[in-house]
Amino acid sequence: MTNIYLTDYETLPEKVGQVFQLNGEEIVLFRLTNGEVRAIENRSPHPKGGTLSEGLVSGEYVFCPVYDWKISLIDGKVQAPDEGKVKIYPVERDKEQVFIVK
Amino acid sequence: MSKKKLVMIGNGMAGVRTVEEILKLAPEAFQITIFGHESHPNYNRIQLSTVLQGDTTVEDIIMNSWEWYKENEIELFTGEAIVAIDTNKKEVISDKGRIVAYDELIIATGSSSFILPIPGADKQGVTGFRDIQDCETMIKSSKLYKKAAVIGGGLLGLEAARGLLNLGMEVDVIHLMPDLMERQLDSTASKMLKDELEAQGMNFIMEKQTAEIIGEDRVTGLRFTDGTEIEADLVVMAVGIRSNTSVAKESGIYVNRGIVVNDFMETSVPNIFAVGECAEHRELVYGLVAPLYEQGKVLAATLCGVETKPYEGSIVGTGLKVSGVDLFSAGEIEDDKHTKSIKVHNEFDGVYKKIVIRDNRISGIVLYGDTKDSSRLFKMLVNKEDVSGMTSVSILESGCCGGAAGSNDIASMADDEIVCGCNGVSKGTIVQAIQTKELTSVDEVGACTNAGRSCGRCKSQIADILAYTLGDKFKEADKKIALCGCTTLSRDEVVAEIKEKGLTSVKEVMNVLGWQQEEGCTKCRPAVNYYLGMIHQDQYKDDRDSRLVNEKMHANIQKDGTYSVIPRMYGGVTSAEDLKKIAEVAEKYDVPLVKLTGGQRIGLYGIKKEDLPAVWEDLGMDSGYAYGKTLRTVKTCVGAKFCRYGTQDSMGLGIELEKKFERLDTPHKVKMGVSACPRNCAEAGIKDFGVVGIDGGWEIYVAGNGGTDLRAGDLFATVKTKEEVIELIGAFMQYYRETANYLERTSKWVERVGLDHVKEFLADEKTRKALNERLDKTLLKYNEPWSEAIEKKEIQEKYYQKREVPVLV
Repeated sequence: MTNIYLTDYETLPEKVGQVFQLNGEEIVLFRLTNGEVRAIENRSPHPKGGTLSEGLVSGEYVFCPVYDWKISLIDGKVQAPDEGKVKIYPVERDKEQVFIVK
Repeated sequence: MSKKKLVMIGNGMAGVRTVEEILKLAPEAFQITIFGHESHPNYNRIQLSTVLQGDTTVEDIIMNSWEWYKENEIELFTGEAIVAIDTNKKEVISDKGRIVAYDELIIATGSSSFILPIPGADKQGVTGFRDIQDCETMIKSSKLYKKAAVIGGGLLGLEAARGLLNLGMEVDVIHLMPDLMERQLDSTASKMLKDELEAQGMNFIMEKQTAEIIGEDRVTGLRFTDGTEIEADLVVMAVGIRSNTSVAKESGIYVNRGIVVNDFMETSVPNIFAVGECAEHRELVYGLVAPLYEQGKVLAATLCGVETKPYEGSIVGTGLKVSGVDLFSAGEIEDDKHTKSIKVHNEFDGVYKKIVIRDNRISGIVLYGDTKDSSRLFKMLVNKEDVSGMTSVSILESGCCGGAAGSNDIASMADDEIVCGCNGVSKGTIVQAIQTKELTSVDEVGACTNAGRSCGRCKSQIADILAYTLGDKFKEADKKIALCGCTTLSRDEVVAEIKEKGLTSVKEVMNVLGWQQEEGCTKCRPAVNYYLGMIHQDQYKDDRDSRLVNEKMHANIQKDGTYSVIPRMYGGVTSAEDLKKIAEVAEKYDVPLVKLTGGQRIGLYGIKKEDLPAVWEDLGMDSGYAYGKTLRTVKTCVGAKFCRYGTQDSMGLGIELEKKFERLDTPHKVKMGVSACPRNCAEAGIKDFGVVGIDGGWEIYVAGNGGTDLRAGDLFATVKTKEEVIELIGAFMQYYRETANYLERTSKWVERVGLDHVKEFLADEKTRKALNERLDKTLLKYNEPWSEAIEKKEIQEKYYQKREVPVLV
């Protein structure tokens, strides 16, 4: 397990996903209204796929921009009536810097 | 005195209704615990077919919310089934090992789909149609698969089949018998039903028995007993229901087809009762809601020690909840030696009526195509009225071709006539509730009297009664619909609160008005943002992050996460210079698709998000807003400038309209068309605003729609000059902006508020002037979004960048 530095906390706008490319993998960081940062894979669990970075963020959920699935940013679970799971990454943060743990 | 402990196994309609009755009779008598094996509160199972058919959502059919259980201090365990009853110790034991003691126990476990015991019935893709989960299975399958087979051509099977059609699947219905719904319909009515459903797209395979479900892990088809096969990747079994009795049986309670009960719903074991589809009463198990509610009433009274008439069984009537099909059936449907029947068959109007009469009394009813008489005839059947003095015309009052209008029907209805058969609510009860409790909507009547809360078939009649009782005070449009699940407030209430309390941001609206989800959802956030912008014409700062992806990004997201870029091309008119620029951009960015759009312009498809600002900069053109809830395009024909038929300058007017109204936020997208003559090459008849040049003037059509709600526009006015066209469209547009629900197209809006009303409202010049002033003030606040993105680095960083993370290994 290593901490990988992604960005400085202050570069993250609230409620708008930021995409990071890491070894061919796309990771989105969401800075929530409560100040927390969450990281998920930028791929919708919907069978037809698509991205999540442009989804509407509400509390600790993001809505899939294409199929409107409601996805928890805490455990990655798709909320009923839909089903599925998005890969989530643990986030580490000191005062200024944001890391993900891989 | 301490409360008695009442435990109920099952959390469905019959059981919860019994508890409601108990709470009415003796609110303090019991400490109540309910176990439900589904993970939902009590919902309206009958409406599942409307959920499947897409007319309503799961949330809408919840009858008792989590709060209801809390308010009534009912302990509720969902997702937990009872596995055993210890009748000696008087305890129930759940699958999670929980033990709860009872003084009185109600078994209300309902029934399950009967799954045919044939090989392959356990394969993936085989489902019943009984609960929310079945519904979700079907909805999910429809997104992945194409071909559905429904086994069973009865009530449930046909409703499931209609739902699957709505979900875009091909549907085969397999039925064992030669006639559909043979227990409810005679063969004439059955044939009419089959024709109608075939016209709707169902395919019927009659007189076939399924022998095997074929496939590997997942179903791929069906084999019939005659050896023939069909393909299917979803199989719905709708051949019948079976009472859930295993827990009762294993606990030593007498069970036949259902749990056997007497006229007071008592089982063979003291202090244990059964109600609903799991119960068998006088050798009958009922699967319709009305008898179950009658049973619940008797049971509640028995438990509360209130004197009650015994339950003596029910006669039931059935309908079919499939749009375009109106049918009702009750009692005997076939004739025999001792019956005489009245039959009316109007093939032209597709109406069939059959009344079976035995010993001068109605013993059976079949109505197809016109069911207005159903409640009156059904009452005659239940009351065993002697009809020997009546003529066939007076029995079939509404005749064969319609008959009296709605409100007259209501006026002539007796007060004790039943309106809601499911809940046994009479016209008199409804009228009294409306008058004493000042009710104004169908939902309120339902909340007060339970009428219309089950199968919902009587809702239109309840609306008629409201209209009849309230007269002018009743407006169908006043029916309150909450904005979304985050609030109980309707659109009008939210708008009024914003104005009254002077709310200025989305966050403030949600805080002050007590939103249940603090930051809203994809339904309410964009809507509230729109309403704020509409109300505060110039001061409101748009909340970009409350917009959905396309409007937030100013480009249309495609299924793979790339975007389309469609520059403005006023009136569909372009130039060599612009075409060159588009061609250069297409080459430079290796654009996968360049296509003429439906709105007379050129779209570049498959652009990466991080390339968007650069593409816009290279194009140097304005956004065509092909993604927005705003004016899309103004389609024009060549017009008088070149065309030999053209009587007016359609291009000129089109360009002027597009320049005036572009970027304006509207409740939904708005399309326009301008044709120079009635040949109408710009297809102005199916636009939100369509203008057609005639000799010496212009015709203005409104509320046309070429999409989902295909609708020809209505002629709104004929005027002489371009200025008048622009002034009228401006006023109409602003009135639509101020009064429509978010995401309501002009076609739906006009149908809701009425074209005559809009005409009347806009007839006054002062009103039009005020509307245009508010519109013009609003139009001043917009900036061109693409150039804004090019100029402002912070916008590019926030929305369009993708950051590479260097990986050190």
